[in-house]
Amino acid sequence: MADTAATATPETAGETGDGIRRRDFIDIAAVSAAGVGGLAVLYPLISQMAPSKDVLAASTTEVDVSAIQPGQAIKAVFRKQPLFVRRLTPAEVQEANATPVGALRDPQTLAERTQEGHQDMLVTMGVCTHLGCVPLGAAEGEVKGEFGGYFCPCHGSHYDTAGRIRKGPAPTNLEVPEYTFTSDTTIQVG
Amino acid sequence: MSFPWAKEYTPANGFTKFLDEKLPLPRLVYNAVGAGYPVPRNLSYFWNFGVLAGFFLVLQIVTGIILAMHYAANAQVAFATTEHIMRNVNWGWLMRYAHANGASFFFIVVYLHIFRGFYYSSYKAPREMIWLLGVTIFLLMMATAFMGYVLPWGQMSFWGAKVITGLFGAIPLVGEPIQIWLLGGYAPDNAALNRFFSLHFLLPFVIAGCVILHIWALHIPGSSNPTGVEIKSESDTLPFHPYYTVKDGFGLGVALILFMTMVFFLPNALGHPDNYIEANPLSTPAHIVPEWYFWPFYAILRAFTVDFLFIPAKLLGVIAMFGSILLWFILPWLDRSPVRSGHYRPLFRKFFWFGLIPAMIVLFICGGAPAEEPYVMLSQLATAYYFLHFLVILPIVGQIEKPEPLPYSITEAVLGSDKKAVLGENASPAV
Amino acid sequence: MTKLLSIRLVAILAGLGFALVALYSFVVGAFAFLTEETAPHLPYEEPRDFAFSFDGPAGKWDVQQLQRGLKVYDEVCSACHSLKYVAFRNLSQIGYDEGQVKAYAASKQVPGIDPNTGEATTRPGLPTDYFPSPYPNAVAAAAANNNAIPPDLSLITKARGDGTNYVASLLAGYQEPSAELLAEHPEAAPGPGLYHNPYFPNLNLAMAPPLTSTGQVTYDDGTEATIEQMSIDVAAFLTWTAEPTLVQRKQTGWPVLLFLLFATVLAYLSKKQIWAAVKPKKK
Repeated sequence: MADTAATATPETAGETGDGIRRRDFIDIAAVSAAGVGGLAVLYPLISQMAPSKDVLAASTTEVDVSAIQPGQAIKAVFRKQPLFVRRLTPAEVQEANATPVGALRDPQTLAERTQEGHQDMLVTMGVCTHLGCVPLGAAEGEVKGEFGGYFCPCHGSHYDTAGRIRKGPAPTNLEVPEYTFTSDTTIQVG
Repeated sequence: MSFPWAKEYTPANGFTKFLDEKLPLPRLVYNAVGAGYPVPRNLSYFWNFGVLAGFFLVLQIVTGIILAMHYAANAQVAFATTEHIMRNVNWGWLMRYAHANGASFFFIVVYLHIFRGFYYSSYKAPREMIWLLGVTIFLLMMATAFMGYVLPWGQMSFWGAKVITGLFGAIPLVGEPIQIWLLGGYAPDNAALNRFFSLHFLLPFVIAGCVILHIWALHIPGSSNPTGVEIKSESDTLPFHPYYTVKDGFGLGVALILFMTMVFFLPNALGHPDNYIEANPLSTPAHIVPEWYFWPFYAILRAFTVDFLFIPAKLLGVIAMFGSILLWFILPWLDRSPVRSGHYRPLFRKFFWFGLIPAMIVLFICGGAPAEEPYVMLSQLATAYYFLHFLVILPIVGQIEKPEPLPYSITEAVLGSDKKAVLGENASPAV
Repeated sequence: MTKLLSIRLVAILAGLGFALVALYSFVVGAFAFLTEETAPHLPYEEPRDFAFSFDGPAGKWDVQQLQRGLKVYDEVCSACHSLKYVAFRNLSQIGYDEGQVKAYAASKQVPGIDPNTGEATTRPGLPTDYFPSPYPNAVAAAAANNNAIPPDLSLITKARGDGTNYVASLLAGYQEPSAELLAEHPEAAPGPGLYHNPYFPNLNLAMAPPLTSTGQVTYDDGTEATIEQMSIDVAAFLTWTAEPTLVQRKQTGWPVLLFLLFATVLAYLSKKQIWAAVKPKKK
């Protein structure tokens, strides 16, 4: 209260009945100290809204991929969002590699979207890059879209076997999260 | 407010001119807590506690809103989310400790503010409305603090809620239905916890509204002062800013040092260990005690141990506890002494320092102690004095006491002489 | 004026009424106090004062001690007591690296769901899991412990007055009741299934002495595991579980207080300077 009043009407700050006195260094220092203190308080007030420790601790996920047969996909959960892990058939790999990259909306090769030595293992977020719906095509029997990958039913985005956007409103390919193979059968995402 | 020498707000530039025409907010601040508010020049540090109470209200609202972002009012998880705040949320421990100790400091400064009012009779005309609003704020604070203490859902939360709502059960005929209605069940559970959370969130804003009215009412007659003599001329006053802004700033610094010492080094000293045990409806703590700021009134509640005629002891205690605060509402009409300040009232002063203050200390100690002798007997004596003091002694002392001579004016009290007083100008004393 | 007088008259009568009723209670109570005997309190001891590294405003954790305490909890206490607000990941704060935390978590079985049948089962823990409870629910805990449910220990040192010293004193304090005590308070003799402990408020505790012999736990750092040493170490560990942010709190407090002190001195000087012109000279 003292602080706001002081900054609101600085011109009156040194006035007394005997006339105008110069504002002293000490007054400026005191008001500045109050200002610095007020700013310092903002730090915990703001950072309390950032993810808490338990949320951060749950920000990596391990997925066992040993049971996925070629042509199958599983849905896992990564940071509370769906994660698609798909083992491509040789035909699907070939199809993905045969597509001319230059003609794509978001030019990427299959090799860029998979890890070396595991080109048949496509790990993507199950989040359409248009408005965040979950595309179809990971579960058995779901529509895979015109390009045999994923199809988002919300606004009709079609992704190909490498999870690249081919048709529809989505601006970019399905996001590939950071992940590593901790063994031949396990990946750690995040 | 209506002092003719109060400084007039003059907008400094185009923007503030524009603002002053469309929405004169700077003018409002200037006249409320700026240079446009003339304040008695002799206020002691006891006049700091109003601003400090305002500060702690804001602190409670800010930390409370943050805690509400992470807390869940459900009996299954309330205790666990409180621990989640303490362990996982960034700076959550600081927010919770600041909120818990902030409640204590809010009460400390408000009690000092109230007892300042008792000693200097700040409640007397023309300031009755300020006092009535103040007592209302205090009652709202008590309700808010009580419901807030239930939220962590520890053992004391649960049993406190049970005991306090049980007070309503003492009301004849309708008591039990009222208690069940208050709780939304037969014992505190989800329904009670949720409504307490909702009201605990709402009431602070009602308090803030009452605080604005309290300050508004204050600006009609202006602040009282340690002599109790009303303002007579410009030389009695100083502009609020910078004189009292800087004094309040210093007072706030001292209060914050004490507060932060508690928050960082003794955060649980004012709390009860049992509230770190999750609520268990099947097991009562050995001693149920409320938070320390309720102890004097809790002692009055428990002082009535014997039925009197046809009135059960429990009902007597409930009536006395509520009565002990509600009687503050009629204080301006009980104490009719023409002199305000205790400085000039020899008899009143003796009753204040050797009667009321010791009685409050005894009640405070007994309220926190288990219901055993000698605490019960002491609290009964102190309770008797408490009611005698306000309802009997104050009205009678006001009639029979011969006050000491008052200074002519605040200026005379501060400077030793007032030229106008010597000249005899404006010679009618205000009291 | 007459109306106001009547308000005061009513008030005086009400005041006398309240005082009279309170004094009536006082007289009845005083009479009972003088004529009736009240049950005396059993004399229990205040906790001993162990000096812990984290005591005081500049206190710090003794990481070695916390690790020893974890071992005592792990090998002794955890048989009956849960630690449900502590996650395995939290152990990284008391000097364990990621691999050690992972291995420790994996060595514990936590409740899980069989992915094929959906039935409740157990699985090895992950760092994000919380310490598992030794009993599936409170009924099972009561049934296995002669109806006394072993309390969760996460917050035990905050849930007791002078909690850290209390836990250490209690664990190291089991003994036979003295002959004088039994002579004076025959009711203090432990009943069936109860154990005497002078630090427990009613002297009779349902928990059998958990720490019974030197070397019951083998410390990795070579410290001799006497009963008292184990008691102190596990009390320190449980202080950490009750408030993992304790040391961070104290360390944050110092700069905050120093800054406030600085700002308050400035405010005081500023106040003196501004008021200098209007203050009367001291005589």
